[in-house]
Formats: sequence, C-alpha cells, structure tokens
Amino acid sequence: MSAPSFEKPATAAAPVLEVEDLRVDLRTPRGTAHVVNGLSYTVGPGETVAVVGESGSGKSVSVLALLGLLPARTATVTGRALLQGEDLLTMAPERLRQVRGPGAGMVFQDPMTSLNPVLTVGRQLTEGLRAHGPVSKAAARARAVELLGEVGLPDPGRAVGRYPHELSGGMRQRVVIAMALANSPALLIADEATTALDVTVQAQILDLVERLQSEHGTGVIWITHDLGVVAGIADRVLVMYGGRCVEDGTVDDVLERPVHPYTRGLLGALPDLAADPDEDLATIAGTPPAPTDLPAGCVFWPRCPVRGDARCETEQPPLAVVGRGGAGLPHRAATWCAEREAS
Amino acid sequence: MSVLVFSLIHLVRGDPIRLALGTRFSQETYDALRERSGLDLPLVQQYFTWAGRALTGDLGVSFRSGDTVTSLIGERLPATLTLALAALVVALVIALPLGMLSALHPRSLIDRVATVVSQFGISVPDFWLSIMLILVFAGLLGWLPSGGYVPLTEDPLGWLQRLVLPAVATGVVSGSVITRFVRSSMLEALGQDHVRTAQAKGVPTRQVLTWHVLRNALLPLVTVTGVQLAYLLSGVVVVEIVFSWPGLGQLAYQAVRDRDFPVLQGAVLLFALVFLVINLLVDLLYSRIDPRIARR
Repeated sequence: MSAPSFEKPATAAAPVLEVEDLRVDLRTPRGTAHVVNGLSYTVGPGETVAVVGESGSGKSVSVLALLGLLPARTATVTGRALLQGEDLLTMAPERLRQVRGPGAGMVFQDPMTSLNPVLTVGRQLTEGLRAHGPVSKAAARARAVELLGEVGLPDPGRAVGRYPHELSGGMRQRVVIAMALANSPALLIADEATTALDVTVQAQILDLVERLQSEHGTGVIWITHDLGVVAGIADRVLVMYGGRCVEDGTVDDVLERPVHPYTRGLLGALPDLAADPDEDLATIAGTPPAPTDLPAGCVFWPRCPVRGDARCETEQPPLAVVGRGGAGLPHRAATWCAEREAS
Repeated sequence: MSVLVFSLIHLVRGDPIRLALGTRFSQETYDALRERSGLDLPLVQQYFTWAGRALTGDLGVSFRSGDTVTSLIGERLPATLTLALAALVVALVIALPLGMLSALHPRSLIDRVATVVSQFGISVPDFWLSIMLILVFAGLLGWLPSGGYVPLTEDPLGWLQRLVLPAVATGVVSGSVITRFVRSSMLEALGQDHVRTAQAKGVPTRQVLTWHVLRNALLPLVTVTGVQLAYLLSGVVVVEIVFSWPGLGQLAYQAVRDRDFPVLQGAVLLFALVFLVINLLVDLLYSRIDPRIARR
C-alpha cells in the first residue's frame, strides 16, 4: 500500500478535530472487513465538513469509531483522532465518557430506534445534562424545555413529559438533535440527521446548527446522502468510497470541479429538473466492493467508467493535491486519472 | 375448562365409594353413601350440580374425610404459596445475576458455565433433583431435615430449614428457564440503538445498564416470571410429595389416589384459576412498566 500523502489544510485556529490515518477493521463471520482504510481529515472551529458517499462506504463507522461506540469485541480501531488536542482513540474510558456530550455530540440516523421507548423525552434529555456536572433536577428540566424549543418542537413544556412513541418521526429526530446539542459540544457529528425530516424542518435545523457554530465555534461533521444539503451548509466536502477518502476539498471545488470518476458519477446521478423527464438518470454501474475483499488497486476500479491508467488495477492511487480552491485550501483526489488529465 | 376437568376426572377408573369404605361394608351402606354423594345421578346432571355450587363457592365435601373441599384447600394453600414464592426467590437469585453476566460477556467462560448449568437445570427432572438434594444435604451431610413442615409462627428456624431444600428443588428448574430469558432479553436490549445514544451522551456505564438495558430487558422478563410463578404454584406436586410438604400438590395427589372427586376437582379448578389470575396480574403490571401499552 502506498503511503498516504498528508497535507494539512490551512485553517486559522487550532482544529477541533484532527483525524490521522484512521483504520477500522470489523471481525465478521465472513472474515475481517476493512471498513475504514486510512482516513485523514481535520475539522476547524465553526467549520462544517460534509462526508458523502454511498451506503456502506464507511461513513457512519468512521465517526462511531471516533467516539468509541463500535462493539469492542469485533472492532479494531487504529490511527489518531485528536479532539481539541486529546487523542480519542487512546483515552481512558472515564475520560472518554466525559468527552462524549460536551466534547463531541452525536446525532444518530434513525429517530425511531435511537430513543429509549420506556423513558420520557425529558428524562432522556436531562440524563445527558446531569451526566456532566452537578445540575439540579429542576434546572436540567428547564434547560430541556429550552432545548426542545430551540430545535423547533411545538409546545416543549408538554413534550418533555412525553414518551417517544407519542411523537412523530420528525419530532423524535429533533429530540435526538436536542440531546446532541444539550452540552454545547465543541464538535457535532450528525449522521444523516435531517434525512428523515421534511424540507422546512430540515432548513430550521440547519439554521440552528449554523447559529450554534457562529456562537460557540462548533465544528460539524455532517454525514449525508443529500448533495443539496452539502451545497447548502458545508465548507468542505469529503467523498468516501470503500472506506477511503477518494476526494476532498472546498464545496465549490468538489461539487463544481470534481476530479475523481466516482465523485463525477455521484454528481451525475443527481436528477436535473431541466432535463428531459423521459431520459434515464445516470447511475454508477455495479455495487460497492465488499469490505472483506477490497480490490488491490484503486477501490473504484471495478466500477470505473474511465480506467485510463495501467496502474488503476494494481496500484492504489494516493490522495494527491489536484488544485487549490478559495483561501488556498487544497483540493485532493485519489485517482490516477487526474495526473493524466493534467499532463 | 371446568367441563374438561370434570370429564377427565370421571374417566379415571376406580370407585371412590368402595375406596372410602374399605374392604368390609354392606350393600346398603354403599348405596346410601352413593346416593348421598350424588354419584348415582347421570354425569351431566352431576356436572351441573357441581358447577352451580362451585359458582357460589361451594366445592362440595370430600368423600374421604367429610370435610368441605374449600376448608381442605384453605388449609393447604398457605404451605403451597410459601413454597412457590420461596422457589421463585431461589429462581430469581440464580437467574438474574447469571443471566446478566452471561449477556454482558457473551461467549466468555461465565457465559459457557451459565449455559451448561441452566441447560442441566432445565433438563433434570425435579423429583430426581429432590431426591439428590435429600441424599446429600439431609443424608450425607445431615445439615437439613429431609422433609416435613412446621408453621412459621411455631418454629421460625425449623420452618426455614424445612423450606430450603424443596424451594431449591423447585426453584432450580424455573431459575434455569428464567436465566435463558434474562440472557436473551438483556442481549437484545444491549444491541438496541438507544443504548448507543445514551453512551454517546456520556451517561455513566452503570446508569446506561440500569436505565437503558435492564429497564428494557425487564419487559419480556415480567411475562416469563409470571408464567413461572403460575407453574410453580401448580407444578409443585411431585416436590411436595417427595418432601412431604403439606400443600395443594400433595392434596391433589392424595385425592387422585383415593378417587376423591370433589377434592380433586376443587384443586384442579384452583390451579386453573391461579394461572388465569397470575396472567391477568402480569398484563396489568405490564401496562405499569411499559408506557407504550399504558396509553392505548
């Protein structure tokens, strides 16, 4: 495997999160699955990094690994993940617990299952508040009501006493978001946080997160399928495929001038309102590689429509700088095609 | 249910009057007794007479002793209740820690041991276990009496000593069944997404286990425990006989032996009632601990 090339983006302040060469292996009955393979990125204060990619590209696993939320029995996590200078991956369990919440808050994907069905919404919110310092029951409850109001839940005073099954999916998702925001985290990780919400609520949540970012300088990792959301909120984009970062850069660079054939395919799969409605949507042929059996060369090679280089099949392309966007931030892509295009 | 009980009992061969009277009696006494106990009437008529009286709480009179069935059951009920509850305590004391430990460390040594022990507990017949316990603890070691019963009010220590072995003999089976359930429902609860949410909030592990794992694992457990209690109350027949424990099981057994139909009918009817009542209680309890059911 060729050495990944590191180049730190020029962020002004010290980054909130610095991930270096993150690797996650999961033991499965079918062998070891290499789910994340050498992922490196940084999130600056107030910055939003969008992580995009198909299901199974390792997006969720890579963030679960950061907070130590993968099953310890089957998952092996290596690399470094500095949250405000402290390595999350080597942290003592009690310190990690203290960091979860105020250090990094996480919004989970499925609002139907990520709340405990037998505890009230208020109980689940105050629990997170009270786990991090002496807060009286009454104060915690008042803060819970406030938080529910902030995420746009109607009648938050009544909602705190309700059980999850009494709320709609969208309302539950807002509760999950409120829980992640409860301790004003330095880093907010949102895993498909607004996928279940309708567009108006989604806009409301995105506004809330932006406000939080400008107020507290919160760094945000936003995992999504929705390239519309990416264009709306992200500063930088990281495209994942087969557990690797195949392209990253500023939103403009990646969305306007994609280099990697996979990113191009992903963007080509977006429906265009101006196009002929009878025309088929562009799709990427084939399926993502099984993490138990990754190709030797470029991970995208088996599905790649270009395959323009002899090294594609055998040699893994490094993540190399292909250009510089606004503010001098590098635009990187892991493909042999870029080189060819440039020459 | 009562029809079934009634019919089954009358299918049993043997003449209760003959058994009650012994070997030497005249035909006149036989006929008189038969008429008095209603056994000369057609079965259907017997059933309706019995069922009608049973509805008013009158379960008839024992052929054997002449006591009312209700008073006989009333005498025996406390002993059976004591034994069943003690066995349930034994069962839970075994099942909760063992099941929880197995679930927290699946495929570990403790899990394997727990699996073997509970598999053994489920498969072993309770009469065999009773006899083994008597052999070891009453015979070989001489620590505990081999059977009998004294009321708590007369001799608390003696009561406890006599309670231990039968309670263990009955509790082990239920405990083994419950262990398997604690393990599986804990494992299921542990794997749920909301447990991860709680961890992500930075909630301390102990609190995650109590409020997000155990609290949710409790729901199916209540049902199983209820069923087991019902089983214990009605299923202690063999153990009661082995330990000469004067409970309902023994009463029912004697009633079968003596073809004492009214007593047997009363006892079986009571067992059935116990099942119904406990299931009702479990359902009511369920609505208290699961908010999703309460509001429907």
